[in-house]
Amino acid sequence: MNPAVLVRKLGLALLAPLIAVVAAMIVTSGVLVVAGASIGDFWSVIFSAPSGRNWTNIVNQSSMIFLAALAASIGFRMNLFNIGIEGQYTLASYTAALVAGLALFPGKLNVLAALLIAMGVGGVWAGIAGILKVTRGVSEVISTIMLNAIAGGIVGYLISNYGEQFGQGRRTTPIPEGSSFDGWALFGDNSGEVWSLVLLAVLAGVGVSFLINRTRFGFDLRATGLNEDAAVASGVNVKKMVVVSMLLSGGIAGLIWMPALFNGADYYGPPFQRLLGFTGIAVALLGRNRPIGIFFGAVLFAWLSEQANPLSLIADISPSVVQITQGVVVLTVVIAYEVVRRWSASAEQRSLRNAEAST
Amino acid sequence: MRRLSKIAAVVAVAALALVGCGRNDEPSTAPDASESTSTGDLCADSTGDGPKVGLAYDVGGRGDQSFNDSAFAGLEKAVGDLGATCVEGEATEGEAESAREGRLREMADAGLNPIIGVGFAYSTSVNVVAPEYPEVSFAVIDGFDPDAEANPNVAYLGFAEQEGSFLVGAAAALKSEADHIGFVGGVNIDLIKKFQAGFEAGAREINPDIVIDVQYIEETDLAGFADPAGGKEAATALFDKGADIVYHAAGASGSGVFEAATEADKWAIGVDSDQYLSAPADQQAHILTSMLKRVDVATFNMVKSVADGSPLVSYTTYNLAAEGVGYSTSGGYIDDIAADLDALAERIKSGEIEVPTVPAS
Repeated sequence: MNPAVLVRKLGLALLAPLIAVVAAMIVTSGVLVVAGASIGDFWSVIFSAPSGRNWTNIVNQSSMIFLAALAASIGFRMNLFNIGIEGQYTLASYTAALVAGLALFPGKLNVLAALLIAMGVGGVWAGIAGILKVTRGVSEVISTIMLNAIAGGIVGYLISNYGEQFGQGRRTTPIPEGSSFDGWALFGDNSGEVWSLVLLAVLAGVGVSFLINRTRFGFDLRATGLNEDAAVASGVNVKKMVVVSMLLSGGIAGLIWMPALFNGADYYGPPFQRLLGFTGIAVALLGRNRPIGIFFGAVLFAWLSEQANPLSLIADISPSVVQITQGVVVLTVVIAYEVVRRWSASAEQRSLRNAEAST
Repeated sequence: MRRLSKIAAVVAVAALALVGCGRNDEPSTAPDASESTSTGDLCADSTGDGPKVGLAYDVGGRGDQSFNDSAFAGLEKAVGDLGATCVEGEATEGEAESAREGRLREMADAGLNPIIGVGFAYSTSVNVVAPEYPEVSFAVIDGFDPDAEANPNVAYLGFAEQEGSFLVGAAAALKSEADHIGFVGGVNIDLIKKFQAGFEAGAREINPDIVIDVQYIEETDLAGFADPAGGKEAATALFDKGADIVYHAAGASGSGVFEAATEADKWAIGVDSDQYLSAPADQQAHILTSMLKRVDVATFNMVKSVADGSPLVSYTTYNLAAEGVGYSTSGGYIDDIAADLDALAERIKSGEIEVPTVPAS
């Protein structure tokens, strides 16, 4: 490849995220000024070197955000807007915790069973939206967001009626001791443990990457996303693709909370971490729906959230400011890609003209 | 594809933004309206040589004019009376359990003692962090010990909410002209069912045939405590069904209940703090009374116990006899029945009436 083209390609890949992050920093700083807080304090807290424990938390959180974004990206790749990830992983987490708590299987076999159930429940919940779309033409945006509310209601009803008493709240029966993992203290003693099931995110990332880029199914999926009419003309069964990719997206969504469950959370109850589904949508956009991009996006979001925690203690700034940063990054990344795409298109035209002129 | 990603970006940002504003859009009539960006001046200005208090709020934080503000009132008193200094922290919605633990560790590392978690959601994280800092005293308001191993440096400060709710339930039954009252709960959990149980028992003590309707804003999602729109919807439904007095146990969502009562020209009963005092003038005429849950007393006592060198540990229950719960009389709307209520209170204190903690039906 000609070096100029290579530079342009690299520029497109690196310039846009860079512009996006810088723009987000400028906007956030503006918000800080309006709110009367110190810009210097804010960024010095955010960019301070994370402690061992911070690193542990960043890795653990990244794994869940990555899974959520991966689930969203599968739909996005074929223009399916699955915003029901929140409901899919809530229902899947509850069911998996419930089944694991029953201890139907010994030891780690219990974990495997729970993972399969989580994927199954998440898949089925997303599949409902897929089937509604292909049979009745219901927009998946509408159906998935409704299914979120329904999932929340079902889990709430079940847990408050059949859950185990736990202080002022309710929870599922804790999983047996033999079914949880110990994790690894990668960042020194007294710094907490990196969850073993972080590997689940790695496996899912590699698996999805292979599926999308190296299989017939992945080709059909990308083709449908790029041009549905052309895909139909070349023999792709779009209806089948819609249902299958919703099942797949929901199946991965089902896994989101599993690393936490089997590395210390032990039950579904008040400490359950909500809203990862929506974070996932944002990170999928940030990562341009590519697993490697999503990986960096997930780490960025986990970093921002983790570093924001001491903000109110050290700098007297509300940690909510970080949510503004995260939201703005998503907007600026979309804008930045568009801007960079136009630059590179016009640069290409110029170089073509120059090439013509010189011959 | 590009168009989709633009639409998707807007929706994703909207989702993040909605999450952000969900808890900050309650009308801010408190003197300190800057709670969303700064934690106020009390802690920044406190320079005493008393205990260094860490106060960790749950989602919603200060400005709910209810539960969290009551804890802050206790802190204010500690700063004034004991020369305490303080640092505040607040949970963000959807945060990880590790973030909660991190907040407590930051406070302990900063040399704060005592560290008080405001809300039962701190129970599990305090249970993890407290053993790492044996020299620091922790407290959890409404908290409980989640495992069998007792923590020698944690105080669990509970309240007999059912007893206070019993009294406002009786007040509602005495004042209701329709013999029909209602209850709005923030989240359908056992803690809030205690309020409901006491309210129902108190009302039935006065009038066994009274109709009581119950609405919960959320089943398990704690966002139900920071959802004024949801509170308004639930209360409006109850008023439409015929209730003329609605009691809420819904934290910051209660401001919606007051709006609904004002629009329907009916009565509402506040919770935790004396909400007559923080309500706008047009709503004050519709706040019959408030069930007082003296989180301020519990907070202050915890700080004082540390200042005195004998920190509270294990379970403490603030009930009617300990003046940990009660009812407010601001507005003077229940002055005519105060004698009846006080008589009931005496019967509860003497043990003659035992108020249930679980709703009958």
